[in-house]
Amino acid sequence: MAAPARWSHVWVGAETGALKGVNLQKRQATNYTGGGALSRGEGVCALCWGDPAETEVLVGCLDRSVKLFSTEKGKFTESRLCPGGDGAFCGLAAHGSTLITCVESGLLKAWRDNAAENVSLELQAGSGLCRMRQDPAQPHRLATGGKENALKIWDLQRPEEPVFRAKNVRNDWLDLRVPVWDRDLQFLPASDKVVTCTAHRQVRLYDPSTPQRRPVLEVTFGESPLTALSLAPGATSVVVGSARGEVAVIDLRQGRVLKCLKGFAGSVRGLQCHPSLPLVASCGLDRFLRVHDLGDKRLRHKVYLKSRLNCLLLSTHQDWEEAPAAPAAVKEEEEADDALWDSMDTVPTLQPEGGRAKRAKKRKSSGP
Amino acid sequence: MAAGGQAPGGGNMAVGGAGPERGAEPPAPERVLFPPTFSVSEIKNKQRRHFMFVRWKQQQRKEKLALRKKRRKEREALGDKAPPKAVPKTIENQRVYDETTVDPNDEEVAFDEATDEFAPYFNRQTVPKILITTSDRPRGRTVRFCEQLSTVIPNSHVYYRRGLALKKIIPQCIARDFTDLIVINEDRKIPNGLVLSHLPDGPTAHFKMSSVRLRKEIKRKGKQPTEHVPEIILNNFTTRLGHSVGRMFASLFPHDPQFIGRQVATFHNQRDYIFFRFHRYIFKSEKKVGIQELGPRFTLKLRSLQKGTFDSKFGEYEWVHKRREMDTSRRKFHL
Repeated sequence: MAAPARWSHVWVGAETGALKGVNLQKRQATNYTGGGALSRGEGVCALCWGDPAETEVLVGCLDRSVKLFSTEKGKFTESRLCPGGDGAFCGLAAHGSTLITCVESGLLKAWRDNAAENVSLELQAGSGLCRMRQDPAQPHRLATGGKENALKIWDLQRPEEPVFRAKNVRNDWLDLRVPVWDRDLQFLPASDKVVTCTAHRQVRLYDPSTPQRRPVLEVTFGESPLTALSLAPGATSVVVGSARGEVAVIDLRQGRVLKCLKGFAGSVRGLQCHPSLPLVASCGLDRFLRVHDLGDKRLRHKVYLKSRLNCLLLSTHQDWEEAPAAPAAVKEEEEADDALWDSMDTVPTLQPEGGRAKRAKKRKSSGP
Repeated sequence: MAAGGQAPGGGNMAVGGAGPERGAEPPAPERVLFPPTFSVSEIKNKQRRHFMFVRWKQQQRKEKLALRKKRRKEREALGDKAPPKAVPKTIENQRVYDETTVDPNDEEVAFDEATDEFAPYFNRQTVPKILITTSDRPRGRTVRFCEQLSTVIPNSHVYYRRGLALKKIIPQCIARDFTDLIVINEDRKIPNGLVLSHLPDGPTAHFKMSSVRLRKEIKRKGKQPTEHVPEIILNNFTTRLGHSVGRMFASLFPHDPQFIGRQVATFHNQRDYIFFRFHRYIFKSEKKVGIQELGPRFTLKLRSLQKGTFDSKFGEYEWVHKRREMDTSRRKFHL
């Protein structure tokens, strides 16, 4: 079980508490939470990489435990409890050896290595949070957003006040306040900008480097709440997913829908683009993991994963389309198999030639 | 036809089997000879055309019958050694394989089902209590249909909607320990939709309802159903989505049917249409069973399954039927 863990392309967290590694080449999903250990109380609600080399996955569960999963060993190595606040995790992040957790009631905490009481930082980001994300370029910068809780950008080196606090858009044509409900957000690399998507169907782009606190760009898409968002490679467009399974690529310069992706049956909960390849992976309540090509909009892979999926993590390996080298354990088995075949006597049958040849061929092709 | 055959034009050349020379050079214009054909539709006289068509039809039928007779003779001649009869191809048995089909030995799916929203019912922790209501201001058949539905489902209560919003009804239902909410929607006095919401925390299914027959409109119906708890039959709910829907229907009826009532409610799924029938049966002898329909009968088709209770604006859907995307094959079924 340990060997294939390294070759998983996508990690998916399910509502039943299962962490699944999916190898798309073999269309193979492995459940790394043991069969008896599943429980809905430990449903996975957040995933993130524990280190930049992507050998560790941090898994945030509903019961406020954060487990460390080693992709090298293929099993959970550590587990720690992160109490405080109410609700499920809405974001996890790792900064060096520090673990940053954020819960729905708005409590954002930074935990120093391992010791449960070792809270280095604690800040209140306001109630009704839906998502917390980390800036990949500057890992000490975080952004939060939620229901009636507009975007705030925090700097962990100056945690007293948010660095940027978004302002709600102007009242509508009836002079009524526009409700706020940010469902997902992401930092744009190589700039200060942050893009958010809301349950009121808007995609908004904020630019903290300008004095304007309102969004610099607003696009509405579809008819159902937008639930997930991911930045496409190149950072000029963004992929958004909705609660009815509508997924579109939206251009961030002109504010137009570039293309729509098809094949979704239910709400999209997790969406992630590959940082360099034109691929986007998505999972959601329809229990499928799908990988689409952003270039030609084709569905590349579709894997049924048996339970409702909450979040996913895409490995950023460049060569992930290539078949991985076969693990050593399988090789040994093959050799043992060969030895067994050699030790057997040839039994003359009606067509011994054909049978033997066929078998040999098969063995060769199944090898590495 | 004749004119086409005479024409030296290149348009007909492809038909004439110029295949082998195509690659070499453009074929020389030569006369293409078609076999003489005759079609009934070419006859100009209407009476004559009709007469010829009838005769053609009769001939076809004769040939067919002769072929059938010949085949039967062959079978009889072979006796026991006759090859088994071919199974006719139907849309159902040619169904496109659905990868979500539930394997009964699958631990993960079993766990998922054992801990879902219906688990309290199947663990016998809750007793079903159902509220039946309609869209606002129901008329005619819808009212009667609700009454008849409440005689089928034990422990169900019909309430007048009184213009209340569903999102306001649901918290009240939960406070009064209702386990399910059924809303019948009507359009021009004809019931055409059904919303089935499991309480307290979902899921909610939206169905299209059609072919509603009330008790009065059913021929050879039995007497009024009794108060006994009916048995329930769920047919052909095979996929993961089908299982969820089937469990939803099952949780409408109490456990432990009273067999003395000899009443049975059937939800039969065929090609994604769910047929509801309500029968009384009797064992006439050891081999023979008689059934009698009690009504009402209706047909449902799943439109969407929503996670959580009714929320049309911010609800998240587990499954939405997208006709343009999903109905690509006639042999693909979702339930």
